[in-house]
Amino acid sequence: MILGEKLTFEYAAYDETPPVLTLKGVDITVKAGEFIAILGHNGSGKSTLAKHLNALLVPAEGTLWIKGADTKDAENTWRIRQTVGMVFQNPDNQIIATIVEEDVAFGPENLGVKPTEIRKRVDESLAAVGMSEHSLAPPHHLSGGQKQRVAIAGVLAMHPECIVLDEPTAMLDPSGRREVMETITKLNRESGMTVILITHFMEEAAQADRILVMDDGVLVMNDIPRNIFRQAEAMQKLGLGVPGVTELAHELRRRGLDVADDVLTIEEFMSDKAIKSLL
Amino acid sequence: MTKITIGQHYPTDSIIHHLDARVKLIGTIMYIVFLLFVNHYAGYGVAALFLTGIIALSKIPPRLIFRGLRMIVFILIFAAGINLFFTAGETVLFHFAFIRITLEGIMMASHMAMRLILLVMGSSILTLTTSPIQLTDGIESLLNPLKPIKVPAHDIAMLMTIALRYIPALAEEMEKIMKAQKARGADFDTGGLIKRIRSMLPILVPLFVSAFKRADELATAMEARCYRGDINRTKMKAMKMTRTEFIGMGVMICFGGLIFLTRLL
Amino acid sequence: MKAQTNRLNPQPNEGAEETSPYIIELRQISHIYNEDSVFEKRAIDNVSLKIKAGEMVALIGHTGSGKSTLIQHLNALLKPSSGMVLINGKDIHTDKAKLKSIRQRVGLVFQYPEHQLFEAEVFKDVAFGPNQMGLTEEEVNTRVKSALEVVGLDESCYHKSPFELSGGQKRRAAIAGVLAMRPEILILDEPTAGLDPRGRDEILSQIKHMHTKLGLTIILVSHSMDDAARLTDRILVMNKGCIICDGTPIEVFAQGEMLKNIGLDVPQISSLMTCLHEKNSNLPTGIFSVEAAADAIMKLVRP
Repeated sequence: MILGEKLTFEYAAYDETPPVLTLKGVDITVKAGEFIAILGHNGSGKSTLAKHLNALLVPAEGTLWIKGADTKDAENTWRIRQTVGMVFQNPDNQIIATIVEEDVAFGPENLGVKPTEIRKRVDESLAAVGMSEHSLAPPHHLSGGQKQRVAIAGVLAMHPECIVLDEPTAMLDPSGRREVMETITKLNRESGMTVILITHFMEEAAQADRILVMDDGVLVMNDIPRNIFRQAEAMQKLGLGVPGVTELAHELRRRGLDVADDVLTIEEFMSDKAIKSLL
Repeated sequence: MTKITIGQHYPTDSIIHHLDARVKLIGTIMYIVFLLFVNHYAGYGVAALFLTGIIALSKIPPRLIFRGLRMIVFILIFAAGINLFFTAGETVLFHFAFIRITLEGIMMASHMAMRLILLVMGSSILTLTTSPIQLTDGIESLLNPLKPIKVPAHDIAMLMTIALRYIPALAEEMEKIMKAQKARGADFDTGGLIKRIRSMLPILVPLFVSAFKRADELATAMEARCYRGDINRTKMKAMKMTRTEFIGMGVMICFGGLIFLTRLL
Repeated sequence: MKAQTNRLNPQPNEGAEETSPYIIELRQISHIYNEDSVFEKRAIDNVSLKIKAGEMVALIGHTGSGKSTLIQHLNALLKPSSGMVLINGKDIHTDKAKLKSIRQRVGLVFQYPEHQLFEAEVFKDVAFGPNQMGLTEEEVNTRVKSALEVVGLDESCYHKSPFELSGGQKRRAAIAGVLAMRPEILILDEPTAGLDPRGRDEILSQIKHMHTKLGLTIILVSHSMDDAARLTDRILVMNKGCIICDGTPIEVFAQGEMLKNIGLDVPQISSLMTCLHEKNSNLPTGIFSVEAAADAIMKLVRP
């Protein structure tokens, strides 16, 4: 679905300073239907990478293909943006209209979809994120989590095959975070939507099929969550953490208890052999 | 600040809500023009009756419409006052020192007040029943014939939409910045003019920075959703003229006729 | 309002109240937005609270629980609809002219404080607060330098534009802007919101430092239970304008179910310990740190 080779990107910074390389030869592949999390501290290049995926940015060197279409080719731009939808961090700065359903309609309107078909898509998308009853609400009356779900619906209405979410939960409170995560995982599991989630929250990343870890413009890890969080020390060195239970398992191992080093969830921890024998 | 009532949309299901925005826009303009032609109390009576009918059809709680009036109370008193005291007239009813109230003055003042009240109530029906997007779409479509003379109808409409969307957000932002600077000891209420202008700097700079940041993020988000001006664009709520729209126009013309009839009285 | 009119002459009481052991005291305050209109909303509902000098308290609650409204009462940005706010035993609304000095003594750092930076240079921006206090230039400079040192920004940053700093640095510069006023009480609203784990750790450890080294009374407002548990030994939980829980982290986290019901997330470790406790009641609940959890589990291995 997505194939990128040796992606390089530089930001032309202020005149005095040399341009900053934010991507230094990143290779990336994403299969249809995958749920991928991208981790990395601020400035590691993960947002830049995300913006490449729907041709908001194009690589300075290297090539990125979305379903076989080269993002550098201007002719493909609109098709790529329709295929790969994007949700941003600040829910307030991506809702354009003053009424929820009109905002959701914005994408398909831009694509030139027929009015009756737009109506249908808007209703379906709002239902998919559980916001149907708020279809006539003004956005500033919604909670943060609800706004982000509207933003997701706005992308869904374009009928994309992949959604990229750039820290969609960073500005939300715990219940808002839960709402958004439930929506994302449901889309992935039930509709087979390809999801690329950029996040700072390890517990969120643990739910993905695969995690990519970025550091200083380089892809440093690329594996299933279990194998990523097994490397607790390396993660900490990168300015990232591991989920609480994983950290506890490692601490217990250090103290001589034979707990598996790859537990990710409370359930896994509870059913670990060494723990079970203690209970 | 965040409770600005102008342009506040009250979504519900009514025949007026479903009426094409263009018809509502033109209808409102016609209504305003007709009001200006009224010269007899009967005319205001006709207009008030007409308005009552429209409000009933629109299913908008009347208190919302009256709330709009609250904002013009000052203008109302001022305008009526000027007419009351400064209209030259023959029939002096009351005279004390330099104050002279004439029958003509009272007539002028009441004309003025009624005209203003009916005007504000009428135009608030437009904004209450029409969402900003529909409104701007309507304006865009009405401006479209001017495209050959390089009037960027679509861009004007999009600008208006975004402005309407972000006014409450920016007002909220400004309130927050003011509070934060006050917490840092800023003082906005004392000192001479120069000092006061200077003291606005800690508010204006962050406000501009934030507005630019918003604009930048919004532009990116719009691009990500395939926005590219009005190239190949469609509308969910396509505007079309059906029987209801023609009936609406017909009603407006009849209303105009009635108003002109009252001039003959 | 009442308090103000009833106390026409506050002087005689002043000496007696000076000895108040509480630096902050709220007496039954309520705050109602848009009173007497259709939009009336009770944001704070009869809250009483006492905080001792030198305490470090966390105030948690989901968005809209009233916590932001509450803290704005502490430095007189908002006035309670009823009730009294006392700082060092004195009603802060008795004398209008002293509002500025209240705001200097009670430093309030808003959410995303970096959005309020406005000067061309970091140093100047931090100096804004002290300059408003009418201090000598020398005194302002010392204060700015020490404030920047506390938040870990060195001289190389002094003359940079705030916009050249990284996200975490910007936030720390903004915190320094409040610190430079030398407040006795520091209130931070969501100081870690939107930061990456590294930025979060940095800010939290500096807050801890301000508490232990500078002896500041600190109120940390957060919806992150993790942050609250890591730093403080007293947690206040707000919901619907009321303080529904006030206790040590252990006491508060023992009520995991209730916390979840009001939209807060309990640290993963804390939920885990609750699950373990159900299987084996020898394991305690209310634990939230990896260290303590490991200690408790190891006790089962080697009693």
